Amino acid sequence: MGTTASQLRKDLLSEYQELTFLTKQEIILAHKRFSELLSKEDRNVPTPRVPMEKVLSLPELKSNPFRKRICHVFSTSDMKDGSLTFEDFLDLLSAFSDSATLEIKSHYAFRIFDFDDDGTLDGGDLEKLVNCLTGETDDTRLTTEEMRQLISNILEESDIDKDGTVNLSEFQHVISRSPDFVSSFKIVL
Amino acid sequence: MAHSVNFDLTADHMEAGLESPADEEGVHDSFNQLIEDQRQEALELQELQRDLDEEERDSVAYLSSPGQEIWRGSPGRGEEEGGGQLDPLLEERWSSATLKVLSSMPSRTIGRSRGAIISQYYNRTMKLRRRRQSRPSIKDFSRSARPSIRGYGMETDCMETEGVDEEGRKRDQLVNNLQNLSLSDRVRMLRAMPLSVAEKSELRRLADRKGRRSNHSQIPCCSQLKYHIIIALRHSWYSCLSFLHSLQLWQVALKRVSGRFGTGVLSYFLFVKTLLFFNIFLFLVTGLLLAVPQAVHPPTLTQGHEAFSGLELLTGGGYFSDSVMYYGYYSNSTLSKDCRVTSSSMEQQPSPSVSRRTMETDCGVKPSYNMPLAYFFTIGLAFFITCIILVYSMSKSFGQSFRIDKSHGILAMKVFCSWDFKVIKKTSVKLRSENICIQLRDLQYRSRIPTKDPLLKEASLLALPVVVSLINLLLPGIFNATAWMEEYDSPSVNTYIAISRNLMLKVSVLVVLCFHWLGRIASDPHSIGLQCWESFVGQELYRFLLMDFIFTILDTFFGEFLWRLFSQRVLKRKRKPVFDISRNVLELIYGQTLAWLGVLFTPLLPAVQIIKLLLLFYMKQTSVMMNCQSPRKPYRASQMSTIFITLLCCPSFLGAAVCVSYTMWSIRPSESCGPFRSLSTMFQSGKLWVKELETHNPNLAWLAWAHSYIVENPLFLFLAAGIFLIVIYFNTQVVDGQRKIISLLQEQIENEGEDKKFLITRLQAIHQQKRPLSPRRLTSQASQDSNC
Repeated sequence: MGTTASQLRKDLLSEYQELTFLTKQEIILAHKRFSELLSKEDRNVPTPRVPMEKVLSLPELKSNPFRKRICHVFSTSDMKDGSLTFEDFLDLLSAFSDSATLEIKSHYAFRIFDFDDDGTLDGGDLEKLVNCLTGETDDTRLTTEEMRQLISNILEESDIDKDGTVNLSEFQHVISRSPDFVSSFKIVL
Repeated sequence: MAHSVNFDLTADHMEAGLESPADEEGVHDSFNQLIEDQRQEALELQELQRDLDEEERDSVAYLSSPGQEIWRGSPGRGEEEGGGQLDPLLEERWSSATLKVLSSMPSRTIGRSRGAIISQYYNRTMKLRRRRQSRPSIKDFSRSARPSIRGYGMETDCMETEGVDEEGRKRDQLVNNLQNLSLSDRVRMLRAMPLSVAEKSELRRLADRKGRRSNHSQIPCCSQLKYHIIIALRHSWYSCLSFLHSLQLWQVALKRVSGRFGTGVLSYFLFVKTLLFFNIFLFLVTGLLLAVPQAVHPPTLTQGHEAFSGLELLTGGGYFSDSVMYYGYYSNSTLSKDCRVTSSSMEQQPSPSVSRRTMETDCGVKPSYNMPLAYFFTIGLAFFITCIILVYSMSKSFGQSFRIDKSHGILAMKVFCSWDFKVIKKTSVKLRSENICIQLRDLQYRSRIPTKDPLLKEASLLALPVVVSLINLLLPGIFNATAWMEEYDSPSVNTYIAISRNLMLKVSVLVVLCFHWLGRIASDPHSIGLQCWESFVGQELYRFLLMDFIFTILDTFFGEFLWRLFSQRVLKRKRKPVFDISRNVLELIYGQTLAWLGVLFTPLLPAVQIIKLLLLFYMKQTSVMMNCQSPRKPYRASQMSTIFITLLCCPSFLGAAVCVSYTMWSIRPSESCGPFRSLSTMFQSGKLWVKELETHNPNLAWLAWAHSYIVENPLFLFLAAGIFLIVIYFNTQVVDGQRKIISLLQEQIENEGEDKKFLITRLQAIHQQKRPLSPRRLTSQASQDSNC
C-alpha cells in the first residue's frame, strides 16, 4: 500500500489515522515532506523508498545524535540500509508524536538505544549511548575510567535481575519514573 | 517477562557437566546408568560445540569489545552469583548455542521480535476481553457454538508445540481476539502495538473481514440504526477535534522555540497558549450572551455621550464609561425585540421583577431577553466551566507527572531520559551535550568535592548574614515609603503600622533561620559534612551578630550622616532628619534575640554583645548630636517603652527560649564534640545526674523522686499553669474590686460635699432668723462695729 499520486487517497488517510497516533493534518504534512525527499524517478514507483542520507537531511533529524539509529529502527528494508518508505516514515512520526503512549515511546527508545540489536542494553550499548549524549568533541567525552564507573553505576541502579544488561522491562521501569520523558521524546514536523 | 537468568545451569549442563557424575559414584545403581548417559551426552555436546566454535568464531568476536571488559571488571558482580561461579563463565567465550539460547530468551526478544510482540498483545487482548465481557450475550455467537466455552475464550494449551507456524498461529489468535473486542478497543489496541503500519493494517484487515462476515446478518434494524448514529457521532467528534488541531496557532513559532531551547522554555509558551484559550472562551461567552444583546438594544442615555478623546484607552473612562464595557450600561429589565413602541416605554419604566421572561407585547413577538438573569447566570456558568476545565487538566497533568520513588536511580534516569529530541539547532544540540556531560560528571563525583581555596570557602560563609542584614536594612525603608503613600489619618496609626511591619519582617527572618539551623542542619549534619553542628550554628550566630553591627554602622553613616548632608545641601531643607526611634529599638531587640539564641552554642556571645552595645552607644550618640533634630510630634515615651519591653519579652525572649528548650529537649547532640557527646538529648545529663545522686547518696533519693514525678510529669506543668492562671484571675478581680471601691468613695465624697453645703445653708438660715428678736443686739453690734 503505497502512494502513487502526489495526493494521498482518502481511504488510506483514514486508515493511517486509525492505525497511528497522528492527526489528519500531520499525515498530510508528512506526505508533503516525504514527497519532497523523493527523487524524480522514484515518484512513480508504487512504494518508493528514500535512502537514509536523504532522510537524515531533514532539519528535524540533522543534528540529532541518534539519527542513524532512528532510521535503522524504523526501516523495514531487507538490506538493513536504513531506507524508509512512507509508512515507515509515518511509524517514525507516530512514535514521536504528541499523543503516543508512554509504552510505545519507551519501546522504541529501547530499540534506538540498543545499538547492537540484541534485545538488551549491555555495557557496549550503554557506552555508545553515553558517547552520543555527550557529543563528538574531545573535551566533552568522558575518559575510560569515568565511563567505566558510570556504566557500572547505571547497571547497579537499573539492572534488577543482575544479569549485567538492561532489558526492556527494566528500561521501562526506569523510564516510568521520569515524568519528562514523554515530553522530550517528541519530534514534530 | 523478565526472567531471572541462572547462568549456573547452562554452565553445568553444557560446559562443566563432567564434574557432577564424578561425585556420584557411591549412589544407587539405577542412577549410575542415568549419570553415564548424561556424561555421554555432555561429551557429545562438547564435541559439537568445539566444531561450532571453529565455524562461528567471527560471530562471537564482539565479546572482546570494551563493553564486556567494562562490566566484567566491576568487583561486586562475581561474588553475587554464588562464590565466583560467574567468573569462569566470563573468562570463556560464549558458544553460539549459548548465544542462541540467550538471544531467544523472552526477556530479550520482546524488544525486537515480531512474534514476541504478537504474543504479548495476544495476552493483553485476552485480558481485555475477559474484563469487558463478564458474561457474553448469546447473539454474538454462531448458532452451532456452545456459549459456555466460546464466550470465555478457551486458550488451547500450546506451549509444547514449537514450530515455524507458531507465529502464524499466535497471529490468528490475536486476530480472533481483536474481532471480539468493540471497535474503539480494537482501534486503541492496534494503535498501541509497536509494529509497523503494514503489519498493523494486515491485522486490521483480517480482523475486519472476519468480523464483518460473522456479524453482518445478525444485527436487527434498530441496533443498525444505533450503530449508524454512533458512527455519525464519532465522525463528528473526530472532525471537531481535527478542526481544533488545524487552527495550529503559533505552530511554527513554537517549533522554532523548541528547536532552539528545548522543552523547558517551550512549556512557558504553551502555558501562554492555554491562558489565551481560557480568555477566548470567556470572551465568547460574555460577548455573545451579554454584550451583543445589550448592544442591540441600547438603553436611552440620561446624559449626553462624551466625545472620544485618546485618553480613554489609558484611563478606561470617558467615552468608554457609558458603553457595553462596563456594568453600569446594562439594563435591569427584560429586553425585547422588534417592538419599538413598547420597548421604548419599557426602557423608561424599568420593571423591577426579574422573573418575568416573556412580555406581552403589542406586536405579539415573543423573544425577549431577561438581562439581570442572563448576567448572573452567564458569569456563574463561565466560572463554573472554567473551574471544571482547570480541575480536569490539573488532575490529568498531576497524574502524568507524579512519580513515587523519585530519589532512586537518578543516574540511569538521566542517561536514558535526558535527551530532548525536540532540539534541532546544531548549536543548541552542542550546548546540551556539554551540559549533559557536566551533569553526568557531577552526579558521578558528588562525594568528591574539589578542594577550593580554604580562605575563599570561609569567606563564602559570610554571604548569608550579609544578605539577611541587607534585607533588614532595606525593607523598613520600603515600608516607610509605602506608609507615606498610604496617608493615614493619625500619626500614631502610622507609627504602630510601621512597628508591626518591621516586627513581622524580623520575626519571619528569625523563624526561617531557626528552621534552617535546627530543622535542617541539626537533623542531618553529615549531609553537609559537618562534624560538630553546634559549633557551626554558634559560628553562624556570631557572624550574624557581627554583620548586623557592621550594617548598623554603615546605616548610621549613610542613613544619617550623608542623608543630612544631602538634605541640607541638595534639597535645601531647613531642618535635619528625624531620628527613627522605633526602628532603632527594633534593631536592638533583633540583636538581643540573636544573642539569646546563641548563648547555648556560643557561651561567650554576650561578651560580643556587650562590646557591640558599648560601641553602638557612643556611635549613635555622636550621630544623633550631629545629624538629627528633635522630633516635632510629641513622643509618648512611657507607652512606647512599655511596648518595647513587651516586644523584648514576648516574641524575642520567648522565641529564643522556645528554640533553646527545643534544642535541649529534642535534638540529638553531636557525637564527636561538646559536653553532651554521648547522650541522646542534652536534657539527659540532668536526668543522669539525678540518678547518680540517688545511687551515691540514698538520703537525696527524694530529689530523684521529685525530679521524676514533678519535672517530668506533665501533670505538674498543668497544675503549675493552672495555679498561675488562678493567681492572675485573682489579681484581676482584686483590681476590679478596687476600681469599684474608688467609684464608691468618689460618690461618698460627693455626698459629703452636699451634706456640707446643706449644713452651711441651714446655719445661715437659722442665723438670719435669730437676728430681728434682739434689738439690743443691733446696738451692741453697731458699737461692736465701731470698735473694730
